[in-house]
Amino acid sequence: MDLYRENLLDHYKNPRNFGKPVKEEKFMAEELNPSCGDKIGIALKVKKDKVAGAKFWGEGCVVSMASASMLTEKIKSMRSLREIKKLTGEDILKMLGGKEMIPPARLKCALLGLEALRKTYELG
Amino acid sequence: MLSVKDQFPIFSNNSDLVYLDTAATSLKPKRVIDKVVEYYSEYSANINRGIYKLSERSTEEYEKARVAVGRLIGIENPNEVVFVRNATEAINLVAYSWGRKNLKRGDEIALTRTEHHANLVPWQELAKEVGAGLNFLDIDEEGKLKMGDIEKWLTDKTKLVALTQASNVLGTINEVGMIVSLVRKLVPGVIVLVDGAQAVPQMPVSILELDCDFYAFSGHKMYGPTGVGVLWGRENLLNQMQPFLYGGDMIEEVRFEGSTFKTTPVRFEAGTPHIAGVIGLGEAAKFLMELGMDKVRAHEREITEYALSKINEVEGIHVVGPKRAEDRGGLVSFTVDGIHPHDLAQILDERNVAIRSGHHCAMPLHARLGLSATSRASFGVYTTKEDIEKLIKGIGFAKERLA
Repeated sequence: MDLYRENLLDHYKNPRNFGKPVKEEKFMAEELNPSCGDKIGIALKVKKDKVAGAKFWGEGCVVSMASASMLTEKIKSMRSLREIKKLTGEDILKMLGGKEMIPPARLKCALLGLEALRKTYELG
Repeated sequence: MLSVKDQFPIFSNNSDLVYLDTAATSLKPKRVIDKVVEYYSEYSANINRGIYKLSERSTEEYEKARVAVGRLIGIENPNEVVFVRNATEAINLVAYSWGRKNLKRGDEIALTRTEHHANLVPWQELAKEVGAGLNFLDIDEEGKLKMGDIEKWLTDKTKLVALTQASNVLGTINEVGMIVSLVRKLVPGVIVLVDGAQAVPQMPVSILELDCDFYAFSGHKMYGPTGVGVLWGRENLLNQMQPFLYGGDMIEEVRFEGSTFKTTPVRFEAGTPHIAGVIGLGEAAKFLMELGMDKVRAHEREITEYALSKINEVEGIHVVGPKRAEDRGGLVSFTVDGIHPHDLAQILDERNVAIRSGHHCAMPLHARLGLSATSRASFGVYTTKEDIEKLIKGIGFAKERLA
């Protein structure tokens, strides 16, 4: 099981949509995993139901960063907030190559970005 | 240097295993495994109950284990050796049975900033319950306890001091004997508990020299089975304490209206214990005594010195804890610039090198160090210099992969 495949490492070394927005967005939240210090923040630019942009920031392991990077790409391709809200942990794991690719001890890392995204709904 | 890998079956079952997580749990020598299997296959009866040969043998082996474990820590009185589940349970027992009755509002508990959660959380909860305060002794840049702060650390309200003999993160070996004698001068009558989970497997421990009142350690960290641990306590102190768990074996006489209880150690061993575990632990104690704890300590020191020198050669690595091997037990915790501890552990796992990454059950200590997580390589009697070399190669490989 090669967790550190090309595309995961690529997203880690060249994260897409990376950078905390300077201006506060309505849909903006951070999630922290206290046991390892991984931190992922997500911000969405939302107009009515349409998501015009997504960014992420933070620091974490390869899995948490790559997962968040891929998540922002997915969000931008989906655009509809209602549809985005339907994203589940299963969807994230599929994005990463399937549940079998992620060791159980790393599941929390893989889902940290989604946790942050869900937090934005509450605040947004 | 010790050369005992061949006494550990797990290595023949996992070729190329480089096990560097002994601080989390130790691997088991064949004689301990065999002793456990022998109990289950030859005389697997309950202790203290039967008037038949099998039960007599169980009871005899169980009590022989108690004596052996006592001897390992320099104790001849088996009544002072109480078998529990692990060090965590031992500490909880003291918090529950001694703490609740003897601490009151306004009293203080003195701890250090380097404690494992097992020697921190029970005291936090006890303090909340009775309205006591907590004072923490701090560390210097090398992770050694600030001896100069000891007078400030204690007040005339301090009733309990709890500290670790060897840190599972920093590796620091605390000069417990010296600290306790200072403590007793400043606050006569205080009760002292020492967490010996990391110390017992690695160095000679003499309870009398430490002059503490309670000492806790785990069986699974000292080459014994999981599910068994030890609380050593002064006999008169234990006999004054209310029992921890109530039920069978610890009772003297039971009537419907009420019951009376036995004295230590059975007082604190309610119900059928992990008999096989205790018997296995006795065998582990013998294993260590036969190796000689001085030799074990010398081995750990040599490996640690080698590990420190090799690790410090790697660019971007930062080690926490004392600089000199003689000031530390057999472990090295570190961070690597640009590599998250999780990723390092994962990539090392691909190369059959097992280390631990995270907070090692010491979140506040990590906060104190300004870190969220570290990687930790820890050593046992079976660890060799080749193991260290494979660790270093693995770190180099991880750096290439993730840079």
